[in-house]
Amino acid sequence: MVKLDSKVPSGNIQDKWERHKFEMKLVNPANKRKHTVLVVGTGLAGASAAASLAELGYKVKVFCIQDSPRRAHSIAAQGGINAAKNYPNDGDSVWRLFYDTVKGGDFRAREANVYRLAQVSVNIIDQCVAQGVPFAREYGGLLDNRSFGGAQVSRTFYARGQTGQQLLLGAYQALMRQVGKGAVQLFSRREMLDLVLVDGKARGITARNLVSGEIESYSGDAVLLATGGYGNVYYLSTNAKNSNVTASWRCHKKGALFGNPCFTQIHPTCIPRSGDYQSKLTLMSESLRNDGRVWVPKAKDDKRHPAEIPESERDFYLERIYPSFGNLVPRDVASRQAKFRVDEGRGVGHTAEAVYLDFGDAIKRLGQEAISEKYGNLFQMYEKITGENPYKQPMRIFPAVHYTMGGLWVDYNLMSSIPGLHVLGEANFSDHGANRLGASALMQGLADGYFIIPYTLGNYLSSNKFESLNETHPAFIESKKQVSQKLMQLLSVKGKRTSDEIHRQLGQLMWEYVGMSRTKQGLQKVAKDIAGLREEFWKNVCVPGDANFKNSSLEHACRLADFLELGELMARDGLEREESCGGHFREEFQTADNEALRNDEKFCHVSAWEYKGVENSPLWQMHQEPLIFENVKLSQRSYK
Amino acid sequence: MKTINLKLKIWRQSGPEDKGHFMDFNATNISTDMSFLEMLDVVNSDLIKQNKEPIEFDHDCREGICGTCSLVINGSAHGPELGTTTCQLHMRKFNDNDTVYIEPFRAKAFPVIKDLVVDRSAFDRIIAAGGFISVNTGSAQDANAIPVAKEKADLSFAAATCIGCGACVASCKNASASLFVAAKMAHLNLLPQGQPEKENRALAMVAQMDQEGFGSCTNTGVCSAACPKEISLETIAQMNRTFLQASLGNRPPTKLSEGGF
Ligand SMILES: Cc1cc2nc3c(=O)[nH]c(=O)nc-3n(C[C@H](O)[C@H](O)[C@H](O)COP(=O)(O)OP(=O)(O)OC[C@H]3O[C@@H](n4cnc5c(N)ncnc54)[C@H](O)[C@@H]3O)c2cc1C
Ligand code: FES
Repeated sequence: MVKLDSKVPSGNIQDKWERHKFEMKLVNPANKRKHTVLVVGTGLAGASAAASLAELGYKVKVFCIQDSPRRAHSIAAQGGINAAKNYPNDGDSVWRLFYDTVKGGDFRAREANVYRLAQVSVNIIDQCVAQGVPFAREYGGLLDNRSFGGAQVSRTFYARGQTGQQLLLGAYQALMRQVGKGAVQLFSRREMLDLVLVDGKARGITARNLVSGEIESYSGDAVLLATGGYGNVYYLSTNAKNSNVTASWRCHKKGALFGNPCFTQIHPTCIPRSGDYQSKLTLMSESLRNDGRVWVPKAKDDKRHPAEIPESERDFYLERIYPSFGNLVPRDVASRQAKFRVDEGRGVGHTAEAVYLDFGDAIKRLGQEAISEKYGNLFQMYEKITGENPYKQPMRIFPAVHYTMGGLWVDYNLMSSIPGLHVLGEANFSDHGANRLGASALMQGLADGYFIIPYTLGNYLSSNKFESLNETHPAFIESKKQVSQKLMQLLSVKGKRTSDEIHRQLGQLMWEYVGMSRTKQGLQKVAKDIAGLREEFWKNVCVPGDANFKNSSLEHACRLADFLELGELMARDGLEREESCGGHFREEFQTADNEALRNDEKFCHVSAWEYKGVENSPLWQMHQEPLIFENVKLSQRSYK
Repeated sequence: MKTINLKLKIWRQSGPEDKGHFMDFNATNISTDMSFLEMLDVVNSDLIKQNKEPIEFDHDCREGICGTCSLVINGSAHGPELGTTTCQLHMRKFNDNDTVYIEPFRAKAFPVIKDLVVDRSAFDRIIAAGGFISVNTGSAQDANAIPVAKEKADLSFAAATCIGCGACVASCKNASASLFVAAKMAHLNLLPQGQPEKENRALAMVAQMDQEGFGSCTNTGVCSAACPKEISLETIAQMNRTFLQASLGNRPPTKLSEGGF
């Protein structure tokens, strides 16, 4: 039986982290270089962790799928990063950032983790500026801030629409500095395919060299997973094409519990699908909702050009339903309302799967130049993709899968239920509860990597003894064997369907039944359908080529095999959680005016799923970590 | 929905040792709303169904920011549209019955791995040599302690938008990496935080660039024209000045990097 101990230190929430830092054991400087740490992933979380640990003196090996660590998915983040600096003097504080995050997450996050996140947020901005991250500045030369959804203060730091790129380059450069010094060994174009356990501890990984196809072993005293989110289980998402769940999933199957898998975030403003060939979706930053008005025609199946629809025949539904927040309601609310409109038959564009985001009024009021100054690059991106000019006609937007709040369960020290396996960034089930606020993922990734793991990992390493071992240990040989067998199995199916086709089908099922609104019936049905699709995959997938070379179809099929298992778990988790909270909307549980209805009595917990193995049915068993709110009062969110 | 048909001539190369050749493909019923990579997805899915190996190409974000996609399309790095990566290029820029040549980014320092995929790790090694500010985690002062003039910060940002794709190298007749290196120097050197290491950075990065086998810059400006982020040629002039200054100081390049990869 797995024991779920969150290891949250006792005492006052304000003092927990400081005290914990003092009480944790340190590794003596001379001993640090005796420990090898494996860091998988080079996004904000992985790159910042690897660089910081190497600076401390640990021997670090770092792995990524892309040809360069700088290309991790974090590079695509647009809007900004939150921090409780209170430079604008508008009443922000660590406490307020903590409170907003807990409330925004619909009271399904661990209080102590969120508080610590808010505390270290201020150090992140200092660190990044010192590295040369060119944040936006005011004319006086000081840093500029803007506001984001779910907050009434301006606490978001940004670098035009490219904040993720600039933060990641900062972390990447810090990492490459350590590579140059020989303190970090870099292994790019590598994909972790298994976790190696020795005496119950995470002691290494098995990875595939994506160029030569070779299966390789790496040993160390701890493994840090910073492999990002699993939004691509929906096929279409705003995630980069290489984002996947495989590293987390293989660890899950080795015993790491998976926390709140059904908590996914669907972002309201993305460019809609244009046809069946669509390979990914592009985000249009949340900031656009500051000036854009969302509407659909009042009449159903209205095929008129938007310009021909008079004001009186337009339904500005967010302004109508939420007069006080209007177009700026949180993401989950805005997404759901767009879906309702499309379901009613009032969607726009040739697929009828979109709503309008209209800048007409703003352009009249402020002039085209002012709008272009603020959003120029986004308007340009929109035009490149759609061929339509958003200055002249409203943008067509629709919600898309964007972020996964769920992930591997970790304790306060960021350690999973497997000793030595730590999980950072979007890959852990983290601090965002059932809904993440804009600009908080970048903050969390960097908090984990720069300021939390360097302390908590030291405590783990100094409190445990490590038998010296290398890659010839039988556990490594066995893992390699199993990984190779699985790849061979994929190659030997020689069926008729491409893995891309099957992935699209999985995505449609997930979107339909585990998407913006879910029902008991739908979830039951889809869990079965996914199991069926998984069976078909193993009988009918076609993967050409062989395992000894670069083989992108094999890479894709290998990831899809894991998504096909994860999808079922997400459905089961959604089924079990008989309440609506944040991004998890169960149609059976809503208020009279269609808002999410939580059930704090029965579901104020983290659902942490244990994999029981193919010989068991069901494949998973659920454990609960109760969530205790001592500092924030549980309340119904209202944005009316 | 408008559709077009294309004749594709695509470079195939089974590995670094293979000589490589063009292979003909037909892309039929291509929606003009597709992106260029989605068009290649269609071609690949047909190949897979015939149990043939698909054409390997690098890609990830498909929104013009990660720098993973590449391709020389009809002789231009990232294709015909200015300021656009291949993944952002859409098929409405092509006409029915066009013939389209698709090749990898070619340069001595970017060896081909397979088909259209090349090894650009030389760029990482240049950054490792000096493309950073030396500040350990935890040692930073308050972020607003040093004001930075907005104009300088904006120029620094403009240089920092380089996505490291290598189009500058692929389009230069000398396969020079000057624009890439200069953009990084401009990003860091324009900021007060970047001053202490300015000269050493110039020496170390340039030395590594030469060692990787990139050619020298003859100021043709093709790199900046091909750059999907439109990085300015002015950065190269700045780099040359800094490098000259540093060399006149007669300091040997302190090699910041000595470790292996
Ligand atoms: C379009 C977009 C815009 C966003 N904008 C914002 C924003 O404005 N503000 C904000 O706060 N958040 C934003 N987010 C969310 C945020 O970008 C991500 O949550 C965050 O960057 C994740 O960082 P990470 O370090 O956890 O993982 P990632 O950046 O996803 O990195 C994962 C790393 O793991 C590696 N990896 C994965 N699997 C393996 C494996 N098996 N073996 C080896 N390596 C592996 C990858 O190669 C990569 O290096 C945005 C997200 C998207 C999609
Ligand atoms: S795939 Fe990321 S820039 Fe083209």
